Amino acid sequence: MELSSELKKEMYWMMLLSRRLDERAWVLHRQGKIAFHISGIGHEAAQVGAAFAIKRGYDWVTPYYRDLALMLGLGLTPEEFMISLMGKAGEPSSGSRQMPSHFGLRRVNAVSHSAPVATQTVHAAGIGLAIKMKKEKKVVLTTIGEGSTSQGEWYEAVNWAAIHQLPVIFIVENNQYAISVPPEMQMAVKSAADKACGLGLPGLMVDGTDVFAVYEVISELVDVARNGGGPALVEAKMYRITPHSSDDDDRTYRSREEVEENKKLDPLILIKNRLINEEIYSEKDMDDLDKKAKQMVTDAVKVAEDSPYPSAEEAAYPVYVEEVPNA
Amino acid sequence: MPEMTMVEAIRDAMDEEMARDENVFIVGEDVGQRGGVFRATVGLFDKYGSDRVIDSPLAELSIVGVGIGAALYGMKPICEIQFADFIFPAFNQIVSEAAKMTYRSNATWTVPMVIRAPYGGGIGGGLYHSQSVEAFFTQAPGLKVVIPSNPYDAKGLLKAAVRDPNPVIFLEPKKGYRLIKGEVPEEEYIVPIGPAKVSRAGEDLTIFAYGMMLFYSLQAAEQLEQEGVSAEVVDLRTLYPVDKETILASVKKTGKALIVYEDNLTGGYGGEIAAIIAEHAFHDLDAPVRRLAGPDVPAVPFSHPMQEWFMVNPEKIFKSALELARY
Repeated sequence: MELSSELKKEMYWMMLLSRRLDERAWVLHRQGKIAFHISGIGHEAAQVGAAFAIKRGYDWVTPYYRDLALMLGLGLTPEEFMISLMGKAGEPSSGSRQMPSHFGLRRVNAVSHSAPVATQTVHAAGIGLAIKMKKEKKVVLTTIGEGSTSQGEWYEAVNWAAIHQLPVIFIVENNQYAISVPPEMQMAVKSAADKACGLGLPGLMVDGTDVFAVYEVISELVDVARNGGGPALVEAKMYRITPHSSDDDDRTYRSREEVEENKKLDPLILIKNRLINEEIYSEKDMDDLDKKAKQMVTDAVKVAEDSPYPSAEEAAYPVYVEEVPNA
Repeated sequence: MPEMTMVEAIRDAMDEEMARDENVFIVGEDVGQRGGVFRATVGLFDKYGSDRVIDSPLAELSIVGVGIGAALYGMKPICEIQFADFIFPAFNQIVSEAAKMTYRSNATWTVPMVIRAPYGGGIGGGLYHSQSVEAFFTQAPGLKVVIPSNPYDAKGLLKAAVRDPNPVIFLEPKKGYRLIKGEVPEEEYIVPIGPAKVSRAGEDLTIFAYGMMLFYSLQAAEQLEQEGVSAEVVDLRTLYPVDKETILASVKKTGKALIVYEDNLTGGYGGEIAAIIAEHAFHDLDAPVRRLAGPDVPAVPFSHPMQEWFMVNPEKIFKSALELARY
């Protein structure tokens, strides 16, 4: 599959925007302007490749907390992300009830998720079941870290999808660390994709630093699932370049040399070099895009800083609803 | 009006709701061809097919989690947990996900679903087929918790639960499935979730109960009448959110309150009723609020004499109420 230059440009832009937002979040945290950030730096290729492989706004997604680039790809705006970081009014996933990066965006069928890991994967199976019951041609994409594939919930979800041949794509973003714990302490297999053979669905590995490879692999699996061919499991491997979160100190469990070595495989640098080599963009184009992204981030910060906090009274509701908004 | 058993009324409620709304479906262990181990779904598999009466894998968390996913998509799942004792693997999905979805998503997502589970002892079920689990769920705002005590209410409340846009925990007194019979009208009716019911009017004291203990309390009230004690019996029916007005109105009338529940005494749901009375009707009381409940041992033992030692029964209620009446 030869991807168009336009598509490649779009993907690059989304990765770049996500990176600049993520970096600014770290700065804001160090400035004491926000309380918490959980970073997706290093995950952008896998997430953007996945986002672009589905019909965005039509298909369904149950994401997890490291999916900033995925959510931007689906339609989350930089302003909305900054508002969530600051806990301001108008935050779309939870009205700032949840911590930042606990995503969910009704308008693009991205389901609200919690912090206990792997809970969202079971919902993906249930959504897939409903799609099959209604005989519709949508697919569900669900993401998770490799550590969370240790949860029983994840196995139960994949098992359900395999039994009923549900249109669910299970993506494992294997970034080598579950906070401090490496994959060999999570699983005896070499890749989370190997777990598929025990559950009865295809399991594939893809280079999670190559956005185009991810896009191609997931596009094919989405096409199969959409046409009744059943679910698939994909492990996209990358490296978590930042600490787990703003509350983590990764010097306690990995060397600076290791991190620096892995920065050579930064997916943003890889795609940037590739687009220059393919003469899709010049160095000057890249500089201009970077300026544009940084300006957008600065503007988004301003919007968020100028936004009011929710009133304290809003904490009292909504506990129950009178009707179902998602029917 | 035809007389029927609790379990027949429950089945009729599901049958009618499935006929009314094609989005309603049942999922659980052995609910299909077997018709459920208590026969609550008998005939529904033949009538509605395997797409709408789904035999789940033997894994409770995904019965609930898949139900949540389907509900997010607009379906109306009725999830059956075979015995309430087996609900704990699904605790995370119920408490972290179903209960909190509306609040955490600022009502952009909701989970309209029913989780049915037979609860309670006195049936030779030992530790793991006898438990009362209501107190685990009555402290999770976002859930509604309902326990019927007779066929009429069971049918009307279950139909209300299926139509409710919020998640409802529907606990069924399994000992009463066939023991408790009553008249159920053929025409359509609903019993709203929320209001308690004065099952028997009286003057000298009020017995507050639900489920099997309500049935026993009515028997005890008959016996009390022969002793010249006029007992009012209030069926709480909806444990959460609870009907404080009916509770307080009754206590203000009789001045004495006995709260009966078969769960362990300490931390059991009846403690909340005692607190409501103590806070809001203290000056109306003619005697200390009294609780009659299961002893504080881990669960109901199997061997008959030990089981009977554990279980609250009409005789124990009679004795406790008589003491209170003579206070």
